[in-house]
Amino acid sequence: MLELIIFSTLNGLLYGMLLFLLASGLTLIFSMMGVLNFAHASFYMLGAYFGYQISRFVGYWPGLVVAPVLVGVIGALVERYGLRTVHKHGHVAELLFTFGLAFIIEELVQMIWGKVPVDYRIPEALNFSAFTLFATTYPAFRMFMLLVSVAVFIGLLLLLTRTRVGLIIRAALTHPSMVGALGHNVPLVFMLVFGVGCGLAALAGVIAGPALVTQPAMAASLGPILFVVVVVGGLGSLPGAFIASLLIGLIQTFAVALNVSLADVLARLGVTVTRDSVGGDLWMATVAQVAPIIPYLLLVLVLIFRPKGLMGDRDT
Amino acid sequence: MSTLASGRGHYVVWAVAAIVMGVLPLVFSSGASVTMMSLMGFAIVFALSYNMLLGQTGMLSFGHAVYYGLGGFMTAHALNVVGAGKLPIPLPVMPLVGGLAGLFFAVIFGWVSTKRAGTAFAMISLGIGELVAACSLILRGFFGGEGGISTSRTATLKMFGISFGPQIQVYYLIAAWCLICMAAMYAFTRTPLGRMCNAVRDNPERAEFVGYSTQMVRFIAFCVSGFFAGVAGGLAAIHYEIVTASVVGAVPSGFVLLMAYIGGIAFFIGPIIGAVLMTALQISLSDYTGAWLLYVGLMFVVVVMYAPWGLGGLLLMHQPLLAAGTWRRVLPAYALAVAPVLMLTVGGVLLVETSHHLMVKATEGPAMRLFWVDYQANSPIAWTAIVLLLVAGVWSLRRVAPKVSDAFHGAAQEARQRRAA
Repeated sequence: MLELIIFSTLNGLLYGMLLFLLASGLTLIFSMMGVLNFAHASFYMLGAYFGYQISRFVGYWPGLVVAPVLVGVIGALVERYGLRTVHKHGHVAELLFTFGLAFIIEELVQMIWGKVPVDYRIPEALNFSAFTLFATTYPAFRMFMLLVSVAVFIGLLLLLTRTRVGLIIRAALTHPSMVGALGHNVPLVFMLVFGVGCGLAALAGVIAGPALVTQPAMAASLGPILFVVVVVGGLGSLPGAFIASLLIGLIQTFAVALNVSLADVLARLGVTVTRDSVGGDLWMATVAQVAPIIPYLLLVLVLIFRPKGLMGDRDT
Repeated sequence: MSTLASGRGHYVVWAVAAIVMGVLPLVFSSGASVTMMSLMGFAIVFALSYNMLLGQTGMLSFGHAVYYGLGGFMTAHALNVVGAGKLPIPLPVMPLVGGLAGLFFAVIFGWVSTKRAGTAFAMISLGIGELVAACSLILRGFFGGEGGISTSRTATLKMFGISFGPQIQVYYLIAAWCLICMAAMYAFTRTPLGRMCNAVRDNPERAEFVGYSTQMVRFIAFCVSGFFAGVAGGLAAIHYEIVTASVVGAVPSGFVLLMAYIGGIAFFIGPIIGAVLMTALQISLSDYTGAWLLYVGLMFVVVVMYAPWGLGGLLLMHQPLLAAGTWRRVLPAYALAVAPVLMLTVGGVLLVETSHHLMVKATEGPAMRLFWVDYQANSPIAWTAIVLLLVAGVWSLRRVAPKVSDAFHGAAQEARQRRAA
């Protein structure tokens, strides 16, 4: 039992920090430009694939730096030449543009690297078990993932709160025209934030690629959960995104480990239900089977009872 | 207003549409054509129901396939019940079951979804779509697990000796329902409620001040849209005779968005054009190239960036010019634009196809044939030609685009002056 709790907490924290790496870029982009970047998970996938390609030529470690930079540059170019053209058509058009972009990136990835998962390997230096607890080993690569995520989080926090650039970014988040009137190059700031957001997503892809499977469906599987995180945390709130990503990461990881169904609970109370009784499927479904829909149930509940999200201040 | 858009002109258009739909299978009589036209039939209903949300009420939904799919599932279950119990219900009534199922689920999910608008509504719809898609593996009785629900359309009451086994009979059923649904949805846009939907789309705050509850208007629009999506799903269930869980997922939701937007969301006829075009592309283009989805995505992005009113909008914005007779003014500029567009299109297709051949079909060797020319996919000459075509196309299009724009605006201006005079 304690083993389950400790490992689930570790894995849940890991998954939550990964979600936060992605959600932080998305929240920054949304706060600044009002556009929810549908292609954010696609940049995550691009980062994983670029990291894989680099690891085939020079190894894993250069990919950790080169892939995020490459994807960040691509993101900045997309913002400069794509989003800016669509900006005058309104928010719906921007959302649809990023939707189309996600579509195209997935097709391109399938064309270049194929539809089957690619063999993105954990680097040899980290391919050992970090510690053994209750006769279960925990891979060192996961500790590395956790460390990188925490480091990036602290770096982002310091960047936004302690540097001049961060000051300008935070000002442009709420008062872009005033910042422009003060003489700063606001379009350049937008391009920078979009690029850095995409770079963060790519970094998440590079560290998650070897641990989770690197395949063309990774964007589509992570994308909706990312939007759930952002909406539950509150659109535009970075601390909200942090809490929401940890919450969802922990809930999903704990849910997958529980093999209990409503039928079991009712059996304890002396009531027997089987698959053939009325609503049989609902009674027999274990928590582990229901785990994929828990984030969406949370989304619906939050939207009914607290539409602004946990810590949101922006109404869309 | 031209005579075509008012009064008796209306009935002429609908009569022509009915005649065209009735005569088409006689012109294109091969089995594949009739099947494709059946697919277009319910794709039109689906895309029009989606446009009730997007184009008319301004609600972008990423989960509309939920009502389409659930309508399909209920129709399949109802068909099985009718077949097993030998109930005296004819097949043409069955899509109504799908419609009512779509309405039922739209009432339930719509109450939650329409509390918010804009981006939040889009995210809620995405979440609900994923929720229902994920439920498909949990509720195996309703969704039939991985195998889906199979049904038979010939097991219902046969009237006038029509068994609906042959595809041509199914086509006429789908065409009849399509015509009825198109007329109903068009009638909806002409009602005061339909106009209020437009008002809520354009200026929700002002609509509130006038006295209407924007949430109520959106909710009703959502429910009506869900009804027609369910009808489309029912027609699809009858056509395919099987419904699987993929029909409620993100793929059909994305596809109907593409259909409606590429066709044009600002006009009633836009989604019809989009549905016909996309169904034709889905069936025919996939025979010619493995990268057809990439072409669809690129076309969508180009439409979003440069033609936000869609293909239907591009066509219909020339209507004032036709009415006033100034359309001859734009012909020289358009003729100038043909060459750059052709260069860009050919260059783009060459790029995608050659890359596709090199990467996906690497085992077949580098020899390939495109546009009646045999060449090696990895030859430097081919790639230089592609790059040159693309660069030349972009450069010349940038030179020509202002002329085209000026010509059009000049002609439109003159058309307005002629009408005012």
